[in-house]
Amino acid sequence: MLEVKNLKVQYGNLTIVDDVSFSVKEGQWLMIVGPNGAGKSTIIKAVSQGAPYTGEVLLYNKNIVKYRPYERARIIGVLAQSNYVNYPFTVREVIRLGRYAYAPGIFSRQSEEDERYISEAIEMTGLGTLLDKSVLNLSGGELQRVFLAQLFAQNPRILLLDEPTNHLDLLYQKQVFELIQNWLKTPGRAVVSVVHDLSLARAYGRQALLLEKGKIKASGDINEVLDSKNLDPVYSMDVYAWMRSKLEQWRQE
Amino acid sequence: MIKKHEGFRIYEYVLFAGATFLVFILCVSVGSVNVPLKDTFTIIWNSVWGIPIPETIASPSIILSVRLPRVICVALTGASLSLCGGAMQGLLRNPLADGSTLGVSSGAALGAAIAIAFGITMPSLPFAGTMVMAIIFAFVSLIVILTLAYKMDFSLSTNTIILIGVIYSMFVSSILALIITLAPEKVKHITFWTMGSLSGSNFDNALVLLSALVIFGGGILLHARELNAFAIGEENALHIGVNVKRVKLIIMIFVSGLIGVCVSIGGSIGFIGLVTPHIVRMITGPNHKKLLPASLFGGAIFLMLADLVARILLNPLELPIGVVTSFVGAILFVYIFYTSRRKTHA
Repeated sequence: MLEVKNLKVQYGNLTIVDDVSFSVKEGQWLMIVGPNGAGKSTIIKAVSQGAPYTGEVLLYNKNIVKYRPYERARIIGVLAQSNYVNYPFTVREVIRLGRYAYAPGIFSRQSEEDERYISEAIEMTGLGTLLDKSVLNLSGGELQRVFLAQLFAQNPRILLLDEPTNHLDLLYQKQVFELIQNWLKTPGRAVVSVVHDLSLARAYGRQALLLEKGKIKASGDINEVLDSKNLDPVYSMDVYAWMRSKLEQWRQE
Repeated sequence: MIKKHEGFRIYEYVLFAGATFLVFILCVSVGSVNVPLKDTFTIIWNSVWGIPIPETIASPSIILSVRLPRVICVALTGASLSLCGGAMQGLLRNPLADGSTLGVSSGAALGAAIAIAFGITMPSLPFAGTMVMAIIFAFVSLIVILTLAYKMDFSLSTNTIILIGVIYSMFVSSILALIITLAPEKVKHITFWTMGSLSGSNFDNALVLLSALVIFGGGILLHARELNAFAIGEENALHIGVNVKRVKLIIMIFVSGLIGVCVSIGGSIGFIGLVTPHIVRMITGPNHKKLLPASLFGGAIFLMLADLVARILLNPLELPIGVVTSFVGAILFVYIFYTSRRKTHA
C-alpha cells in the first residue's frame, strides 16, 4: 500500500532522516521506534507532505506527489502529536471537517454518506455528549479523541499516527490503541505509528522500524527488531533489564 | 443528530439586510442638515424607480448627490475590510490579524501615494493607476510580512506577526514621508490616504467598490470551509486534504485585491477589519460560514455608524473616519490582547 524509498529530510546542514526505506502492506501495523531526535516524527511529517524531503513515497505504486491533496487525504489520514486550537470551534465542527476530502468543491453539500461516517466516528470515540462543546474547554485526552474522530470520519485506508497517546492518561492510551486495533480489522487498511513507549509498541505492533540518529538500525518483525542486541546500543543502556525491573515493581501485592 | 446546514438561514439574511438598511437610512438622513427618515426613504425609493420627488420634500440633492453615494461607499468599505479581517484571522489562525495590524493597508496606501506623486495613471481610466498600485502594494506587503514572519517564527505566533506588522508600518510611513518631501505640492492629497476618508466619494466609487466586493469578497466567502480548516490549524488542513498552498495564495490575492481597492478609494481606515470579526465571533462562533457573512453586514453597520459620528460629533467640523475607527479599535485591541494574554498565562 505504502512504500517509502530512500527518504531523506534535511533542515539546512542538519540531516534529520537519512536514507530511510520501508513498506507497509494491508493489515500491518508498523511501529516506528527510537530515542528522542531519531527522526521518527519527521518521517510522518515527510510522508504526509508536511515537510520537504528527497526520495520517493509511493501510494499504491504511484508517487504521492501525483495525487491531488483531496485524493491523498482519502487514502492517508494523519493524527498529529498535539493539536492546539486557537478558536472555540465545536467538537462537531472539527469532526465534520474530516469529510472535506469527499467534497472539496466550492458548492458541495454534505451527503448521506458523510453523515453516516460522522455518526460512526462519534460513536466509536464516545464523543456523543460533547458535540456542541467548544474544543477550547476540552482536556488534552478529549481533544485528541476529537481529532481521532475527525480521522475516522475521513475514512482513509492508511493511518499515520505521531505519538497518538502522548501525555494521555493510561485509560485513554488503552482506549485509543484498542480503537485503532479495531479499526485495523477491516480489510484493506494499515497503520504506521510513532510510539515512544516500547511496551506499547510491542503490545500492538507486528512490524517495527528502529531508528538511530535518522538511520534505520533494524526493521522487520517487531520481536526481532526489539531485541537486546539492537536496542541496547541505540538507547545506550540495558533496555531489557530496565523493563524487567520496572515490571518487578508491579509483581508485589 | 447532525445538523446539515452550517450557515445562516434565509430569514436570518433578510434580518441582517433589514438591519443594515435601517442604519443606512438613518445615516443618510442625519447630518449637518437633518432630513426626516420618511422623506429620505421617499427620495431614495422614488429616484430608484424614476418617480418624480414631491416638491414638499426639501433638499433632495443633499441626499442624492452627497450623502447617498458617501454612505453607500462607507457601507461597502466597512463590509469589505471586515470580510478581509475575518479571512486573515482565519487563515493565520490569529485573532489580531488584520489589514491595519499587519501593515497591508499602509502598504496599499504607499502604493496609492506613489501613483499620485509620480503621476502613474492608466489610459482611459484615470483613477485606475492609483487602484492598481494600491492592490499590488497590498499584495507585496502581505507576502513580505508573512515571509519575514515565517522565517523568524514558523508557528506565526501573535507576537511575531504584530511586531513585524508594526515595524513594517513604520518603515512604510518613513517612505511615505520621503515621498511627501519630494512632492510637496501633492501633500494634501497624500495625507488623505494615511488618515482615511470617504467624504468625497461618488457613485463611480460605489460601483467600483461593489464590483470588488462581489468578485474578491465572493471568492473569499466561497472558501469558508477551507478557512475553517486553516483556523483549526494549517497542519490539520493539510491532513484533511485542503490544497493548502493554493488556498492560501487565493485568499491572499483576494484579500489584498479588496484592501487595495478600499484603500485607493477611502484611504487606510484602521482597525475596522480587526474589530468587526472579533465582535461577530463572540456572537456567531468561529465557523466562517457564519462569521464571514455576519462580518459583512456587521462591518457595513459599524463603519456607517462610525462615519455618522465623524460627521456629527463636531458639526460643522468633520473628523476623518479613521480617527473614529482607530479610537474605538485601539481600545478594543488592547482589551483583546490583554484578555487573550491572560488566558494563555493563567
